[in-house]
Amino acid sequence: MDIRKELEKRILVIDGAMGTMIQRHKPTEADYRGERFKDWHCDVKGNNDLLCITQPQIIRGIHKQYLEAGADIIETNTFSSTTIAMADYDMQSLAYELNVAAARCAKEAVAEFMAEHPDATPKYVAGAIGPLNKTLSLSPDVNNPGFRAVTFDEVMNAYYEQISGLVDGGVDILLIETIFDTLNAKGAIFAVKKYFRDTGKPELPVMISGTITDASGRTLSGQTLEAFYTSVMHANPLSIGLNCALGASEMRSHIEELSQIAACFTSAYPNAGLPNAMGEYDEEPHQTAHFIEEWARRGFVNIVGGCCGTTPDHIRHIAQEVKNISPRTLPVLEASY
Amino acid sequence: MSSAITIKPYLRLSGLEPLVIRPEMNFVNVGERTNVTGSKKFARLIRENKYEEALSVARQQVEGGAQVLDVNMDDALLEGVSAMTTFLNLLQSEPDIARIPIMIDSSKFEIIEAGLKCVQGKCIVNSISLKEGEAKFIEQAIVCKSYGAAVIVMAFDEVGQADTKERKVEICHRAYKILTEQVGIAPQDIIFDPNIFAVATGIEEHNNYAVDFIEATREIKKLMPLTKVSGGVSNVSFSFRGNDHVREAIHSVFLFYAIKAGMDMGIVNAGQLVVYDEIEPTLRDLCEDVLLNRNNDNNEATDKLIAHAETVKAKGKVEVKDEAWRNEPVEKRLAHSLVNGITDYIDADTEEARQKYPKPLDVIEGPLMDGMNIVGDLFGAGKMFLPQVVKSARVMKKSVAILTPYIEAEKEARKQANLAAGTANTETAGAAKILLATVKGDVHDIGKNIVGVVLGCNGYDIIDLGVMVPADKILETAEKEKADIIGLSGLITPSLDEMVHIAKEMKRRGMNQPLLIGGATTSRIHTSVKIAPEYDNGVVHVLDASRSVTVAGSLLNKEQKEDFLAGISTEYKKLKENFDNKKPVKQYLTYAEALQNKVDVNWAEYEPTVPTFIGTKVFEDYDLASLRPFIDWKPFFIAWEMHGNFPDILTDNVVGKEATKLYEDANKLLDQIIAEKWLTAKGTIGFWEASSKDDDVFVQHDGQETKLCFLRQQIKKAPGQPNLSLADFIAPAAAGKKDYIGAFAVTLHGIEEHIRRFEAAHDDYNKIMLQALADRFAEAFAEALHLHTRKEYWGYDKDEQLNNEELIKEQYVGIRPAPGYPACPDHTEKYKLFDLLNATETTGIQLTESLAMFPASSVCGWYFSNPKSQYYGVGKIQQDQLEDYTERKGLPAAEMERWLSPVLE
Repeated sequence: MDIRKELEKRILVIDGAMGTMIQRHKPTEADYRGERFKDWHCDVKGNNDLLCITQPQIIRGIHKQYLEAGADIIETNTFSSTTIAMADYDMQSLAYELNVAAARCAKEAVAEFMAEHPDATPKYVAGAIGPLNKTLSLSPDVNNPGFRAVTFDEVMNAYYEQISGLVDGGVDILLIETIFDTLNAKGAIFAVKKYFRDTGKPELPVMISGTITDASGRTLSGQTLEAFYTSVMHANPLSIGLNCALGASEMRSHIEELSQIAACFTSAYPNAGLPNAMGEYDEEPHQTAHFIEEWARRGFVNIVGGCCGTTPDHIRHIAQEVKNISPRTLPVLEASY
Repeated sequence: MSSAITIKPYLRLSGLEPLVIRPEMNFVNVGERTNVTGSKKFARLIRENKYEEALSVARQQVEGGAQVLDVNMDDALLEGVSAMTTFLNLLQSEPDIARIPIMIDSSKFEIIEAGLKCVQGKCIVNSISLKEGEAKFIEQAIVCKSYGAAVIVMAFDEVGQADTKERKVEICHRAYKILTEQVGIAPQDIIFDPNIFAVATGIEEHNNYAVDFIEATREIKKLMPLTKVSGGVSNVSFSFRGNDHVREAIHSVFLFYAIKAGMDMGIVNAGQLVVYDEIEPTLRDLCEDVLLNRNNDNNEATDKLIAHAETVKAKGKVEVKDEAWRNEPVEKRLAHSLVNGITDYIDADTEEARQKYPKPLDVIEGPLMDGMNIVGDLFGAGKMFLPQVVKSARVMKKSVAILTPYIEAEKEARKQANLAAGTANTETAGAAKILLATVKGDVHDIGKNIVGVVLGCNGYDIIDLGVMVPADKILETAEKEKADIIGLSGLITPSLDEMVHIAKEMKRRGMNQPLLIGGATTSRIHTSVKIAPEYDNGVVHVLDASRSVTVAGSLLNKEQKEDFLAGISTEYKKLKENFDNKKPVKQYLTYAEALQNKVDVNWAEYEPTVPTFIGTKVFEDYDLASLRPFIDWKPFFIAWEMHGNFPDILTDNVVGKEATKLYEDANKLLDQIIAEKWLTAKGTIGFWEASSKDDDVFVQHDGQETKLCFLRQQIKKAPGQPNLSLADFIAPAAAGKKDYIGAFAVTLHGIEEHIRRFEAAHDDYNKIMLQALADRFAEAFAEALHLHTRKEYWGYDKDEQLNNEELIKEQYVGIRPAPGYPACPDHTEKYKLFDLLNATETTGIQLTESLAMFPASSVCGWYFSNPKSQYYGVGKIQQDQLEDYTERKGLPAAEMERWLSPVLE
């Protein structure tokens, strides 16, 4: 089922946090390692993406919970499944495999859910492409602003491998998310275009979601929202949106602005508020949903959901609130001045 | 529910901020100086690996009004890929430059791609073409598209570069079809460069080149309306190399016609374009004939322009005096005088206008204000620079001074008439009043004077209360005079507290005027965190004089004021929130740990040099002429809001012309100051035996001991880096070596009388000039004495051989830090320095309650001779050091905290 058709009919709901849900299982070092990596030479606890291989039932279970809660789009557990990010665990060589495994976990969860709910609306798997732990626009060395810890080609190649894993695993959408450095995202976009050019496969829709890091209204790499959108427009994305860093209340003005300038669909999945003094997210599901319902009524959004700190409960409330609200109408693109 | 929005097919670019090319923008300036093929200076800097300095070229382009920055590294001597990468990576870390989109310019596609890999924003690629065939063209276009760049397509195909209109249009159209149909690039992302070639080369085939470009542009825009047309404008005048006067005229005329035909953007030196209307008519007509290829049989027009160019050139670059404007009507002449800052004819022209208009006030409100509006617009658009505006103000003031007696007389007559008629006359409301003052304790007012002039130029009535003005006087005057805005200025850090105090007072008094904050130490963040929360009716930080006009304009416009203040207030609240929320990311050592990490000097190996005398030496009247070579000009230009290095600034493409004029005027005034001995340079230096203990230095003098207290850096440093304190540069008593410390205080007396004279002559230009020069003299005096101290008086570096540039770069041994500045931020240590030197008596410098020095052109500081001594900033200190320091100083905690507030978190 073409997702564009669905988006014209209704507001779609994307799932909530993966990390928060994994922590509920309190996985131990041994759980992370599983059988296959029981002798791995360094600690892997915290490598959430690895669970797609070692504890796939946990990941499938979380996907299922989100589907039950009303999510239309679920994200693969691949936020850090690139050679660059996996270097932290010396698991660069697993990058491709992790993406395939994660895509399968999500696809299997959808298949199970559809078997149990044959009348349900269509569900989609979005291959999550995260921001990397190294940036192309910022120097990690304050005394040497021209220095870069990574090159564009390294970033592009890492994303290329991730994309091939996700596509081979069967995802329906590619989701470049939590972008705080636009140039990294441009590396990912370049990799997407190159991958489909090289393989001749039909292009998958691409969702793009940036991150406004603070009250300045700019990305971490310093761009205003409109500049960010202008810089990634060439991806010809299915949707452009914002996620992470802010709670719904802080994200509102930005998503409003985006809804005015975006030629494509818009998405928004904020955190469950801002972290409290203990670093925990404590915004209640109905509170988050209440903010998002207002955005929906005002016609700002086509896809909504949650990021850090949100749970299936949050998604359930959000899905309930937006169920009967019409989606944002796509702008008319004029062909002449 | 949303109603559908429409999105126009504009070319959209981005740096850190978006740039949408809308049809009404008329023309987009692409800055051309960051191009190694076009700018010798830039090429040299890149070749010498001076990338940081090369950034300043980019900054000047942005400040000069460039909306897109062209970057080109095509030089046989350069490794283009790495040069492009290095420069663009560095540029990304300069938000004021990275703000605008980049045009990546190279004839080598590998360099273009290297550039695309460094820039997060949407760039323009300059350029690709069909030169090497369709396959290559498509391949390169796909790469550009994959990076999300707009492309410039040069009208160049397998056969060669297009020179006729037909070929240009044909190639562009062919490229368009390929790009839109096969590559899938949006029409609005395509920019054509239909080749601007040189005209007037003497070769007849070249005569139609400009026409070919202009007509091709018209046709391209008709055929492919969403595309853009660009070009390198300076090519067209290539035959007139070395004659900038004629070249500028040709460029303006060319753009005038090309823009009309649809040209959207061009690579130009924005600062150098003359206004089409301002070109001398003979020259303009000749340019038109040549560019439009009219009356040009047998190169007739070309020859005429060449001949004319020779005469212009022959007259010399400096004096191309054209008096034709004297034949214009009086209104035009007044405007011309105002725009060009000419006072020569202002008396006669004002008198003529006064007789022409029914009332003298009409002359002010009519032609004079019209002229000043032009000045304001040009300044706002970045087409005039501050020194020019100040000159315009001088002309305005002179003219108004001539009219004032007539206006007064007329008022009096009207009053008498009204009295005779038995009615009470209320005068109509005048211009909005802005009150300006430098706050109590501070004596610096160059910046404030400039703001006053610029605002005065824009028609505001300025009440300038001068320097060291107490809060009561400022606020009482504001109430009495019904000022519409209050502006505060200050240069030294204690002034910040005084501004906070004034804001509180304004609230207490229930005042409602907006408060403007300006001056070197003020900042948006300080204003938002400390001042704005104290006063509810508007506090705005104004970065420089040019901003003051728009800020005042917004505040005095009833419709805008509320929105403007609400916007500022939201912005400041956010800034304050951010500031409050920001957890200290810097790590600090405890004071005890920092003390452990002092500068490692091997005292056993070190033999301090004994000064040639102990005690003080007074210079009653130092020779001014001998100080002249010591003048550092860079701060002089900064005082005039012209940023750049000296002497490069004199040849800068944007401000060079004005900078040169300013420099010439300054030197003329310098000649006069020296010849007529306007100023007296007085100074005192001294040396004493000294020893250190932790952060205290004990100075022995006249059988007494004075304890100097210093602060130590507390920030956690990289391994091996010391936590510096000035005390580290004096041998500790325990080392058993006799060490020494020195001090100096210098000042320039005698400025007031001349300032008063300039004020009486309504000559702000020379008043500000004199103040700026006196400041430079004081610094030069300090520099000169430091040199003689190093080589003779103390004599610790007798063989030093440094030129002025090396001196300015502080490449000498030893330092001369001033109390209140980064290495020793406690202003109150100045009392001790003054006592040691007996400075007030010997030099006549007074310390204000904020510890500013009066006269304002004064400098003081300590001398350290240790080869390890260096300039640095103490940075923020922690509570433990504050407590220790307070105890060492023996001052009340609250007072110490107030003085040290700039270095406290």
